[in-house]
Amino acid sequence: MDTISIKIDNKNFQVEKGTTILDAAKSVGINIPTLCYMHLHDLNTTHNPTGCRICVVEVVGRKNLVPACATECLPGMEIKNQTIRVLNSRKTILELILSDHPTDCLICAKNGDCDLQSMAQQMGIREIHYKGDQSHYIKDTSPAIKRDMDKCIGCRRCVTMCNEIQTVGALSSINRGFMSVVAPAFQMNLEDSVCTYCGQCVAVCPTAALTEVDHTNLVIRALADPNKTVIVQTAPAVRVALGEEFGYEPGTIITGKMTAALKDMGFDYVFDTDFAADLTIMEEATELLDRLTRHINGDITVKLPLLTSCCPAWVNFFEHQFPDMKDIPSTARSPQQMFGSIAKTYFADKLGIKRENMVVVSIMPCLAKKYECSREEFKTNGNPDVDFVLSTRELARLIKQTSIDFESLEPVEFDHPMGESSGAGVIFGTTGGVIEAAVRTAYETFTKQKLHKVDFKQLRGMEWIRESTIDFNGTPIKIGIAHGLGNARKLLQEIREGKSQYHAIEIMACPGGCIGGGGQPLHHGDSTILLARQKALYSEDKAKVIRKSHENPSIQKLYAEFLGKPMSEKAHELLHTHYFDKSNHVEISKD
Amino acid sequence: MMTICETNVAKIEAICEEYNHDKGELINVLHKTQNTFGYLPEEVQEIIAENLHTSLAQVYGVVSFYSFFTMTPKGKHPINICKGTACYVRGAEKIIDEFRNLLDINIGETTKDEKFSLSSLRCIGACGLAPVVLVGDKVYGRVTLDSVKEILEEYE
Repeated sequence: MDTISIKIDNKNFQVEKGTTILDAAKSVGINIPTLCYMHLHDLNTTHNPTGCRICVVEVVGRKNLVPACATECLPGMEIKNQTIRVLNSRKTILELILSDHPTDCLICAKNGDCDLQSMAQQMGIREIHYKGDQSHYIKDTSPAIKRDMDKCIGCRRCVTMCNEIQTVGALSSINRGFMSVVAPAFQMNLEDSVCTYCGQCVAVCPTAALTEVDHTNLVIRALADPNKTVIVQTAPAVRVALGEEFGYEPGTIITGKMTAALKDMGFDYVFDTDFAADLTIMEEATELLDRLTRHINGDITVKLPLLTSCCPAWVNFFEHQFPDMKDIPSTARSPQQMFGSIAKTYFADKLGIKRENMVVVSIMPCLAKKYECSREEFKTNGNPDVDFVLSTRELARLIKQTSIDFESLEPVEFDHPMGESSGAGVIFGTTGGVIEAAVRTAYETFTKQKLHKVDFKQLRGMEWIRESTIDFNGTPIKIGIAHGLGNARKLLQEIREGKSQYHAIEIMACPGGCIGGGGQPLHHGDSTILLARQKALYSEDKAKVIRKSHENPSIQKLYAEFLGKPMSEKAHELLHTHYFDKSNHVEISKD
Repeated sequence: MMTICETNVAKIEAICEEYNHDKGELINVLHKTQNTFGYLPEEVQEIIAENLHTSLAQVYGVVSFYSFFTMTPKGKHPINICKGTACYVRGAEKIIDEFRNLLDINIGETTKDEKFSLSSLRCIGACGLAPVVLVGDKVYGRVTLDSVKEILEEYE
């Protein structure tokens, strides 16, 4: 590492050559405040538009203050981070930002979790000296995401996530000057745009300009209704992140406490989405083997690679942007929807109640799941298979609202039969996990041999696109993995151009997979949190007695009693789906 | 759903082709397209986005940023009122108000019959004639409130 000497506040430091003042200061333990800046180290993503100017510092010999996030350190540079001029400038800048921001913090959805609020607190703002116009925009509510642009501070983090990382292109900066705002094309509603509801914009929004649609009150109402049996499913990625909202270290597994809290809240049955993940593997692995076998036998009509279909934002993405390829993904529904479908048929029958009297609630790390459960094809006579979806953050709020002392809760097991799961179901929550789970089952079904080593470390990691060839006892199976929709796009383009060599590809829309979902506790730019959650999922998998989906006894029983076998007619009806062309192309008319 | 005719799609595609479908050339493509159609309606932006492999939101972001780009069609007789310093001090603002009153439209708008559109510009170098009004390419100098009506009547 080449180093250079610089001075910060009269102290000498050796810092890495070529770094910004911000990074250099951080490397020697000096904190420079930032607001619009965002750096996700483990995802190789930096956003430094130098828009907010909160990070300004003085550089001796330069007339103007410079933004630390985008100014390179030069040898001998003398930087002042604590002069009155710097501190006053930052305060002025913040007051100017606040002068065009509502001050309804007490009742704001981001109260206590807002970067702008923390900054105002840190800088000791007690008065806003600047009075001027305030921006007012129409609030926009979609099935998953709410936009309140009065609260936008123009940091543009959402624009970077939507365009650079996800390549969805739903949001852009529009207009100029004071009228400048982030919006979809022609200021249409998010619902009418190409938005996939991945929620990555929400995950990085420093204020409450972008938030999830809150379903907590609907759930409270359902719980209070004596005529309803309310059952809940919890997704794998929730149990390794929820703890953060209660002061636990990232990656702490709080499955038992979460289950206990849900029981205390009055849910009649607390089940596990991991059960449905095992079910998904039964269907998806069977579908993969069916396509593979036909392909090997020379059927040229077979569509390969098989693409996973558990991620609803990913489904929205290809429906909008690659509708010509909508017959390639697996037709298996997502675990959330398989759960809802089985709960309102198989389990409702067992209880002897009508589906209308059952309310299925999902706890998800995801915002797109809110939209997914509202899709028409997942309803029977207007009654949805899954009624409400709460994000991990909403569950935390609900637990706090009900005054449950989370820390003192004694761990409780999931209920049966839909609470039983394998380790394969657990790792659904991370990039690489779905395909590893599928491989564990597909290997044994295909080779008819026992798989002794179930850990496929070559499929794990955090690189955006990964690939590996798994030996199915002499038949090489080529696997691709992508997380982040921009990376999914690359693999899709390869398929479109006929260059793809893979047999199966796993795609998750969010960076890191569901552990980095749009409904998770906010990481505030610290990507090590995602790594900790990922590690926790793999350790939860390791601790399970059963680690292959097809060995889950409750799944075996479900097929024996109800579904028959994977891809049976009943399974098709309840566990599979079809996709739509949502590309809103302009109609081209004859002259 | 928006509609656009084949010929116009072909025109836009030809312009994008000229710039190698490079999204870095978006502004140039928009300029040339606006020269061709007079304005940039939604469906035109959609075809441009597709051809340059960029998002519609990005295209609209650029269109809405630059005041030169417009999404409203200009009238048959576009009226431009100079707001340069000389014209301004000689009452351009009042002239604008008179046009707005008589046509019942604001700056940046077009009359319902698509006959007139109203916009302002900065100094056309005819300060001696201030205040100056352009209708199409024709220059009117020393415009007074009373003459506004007469100018419009020329195009009836």
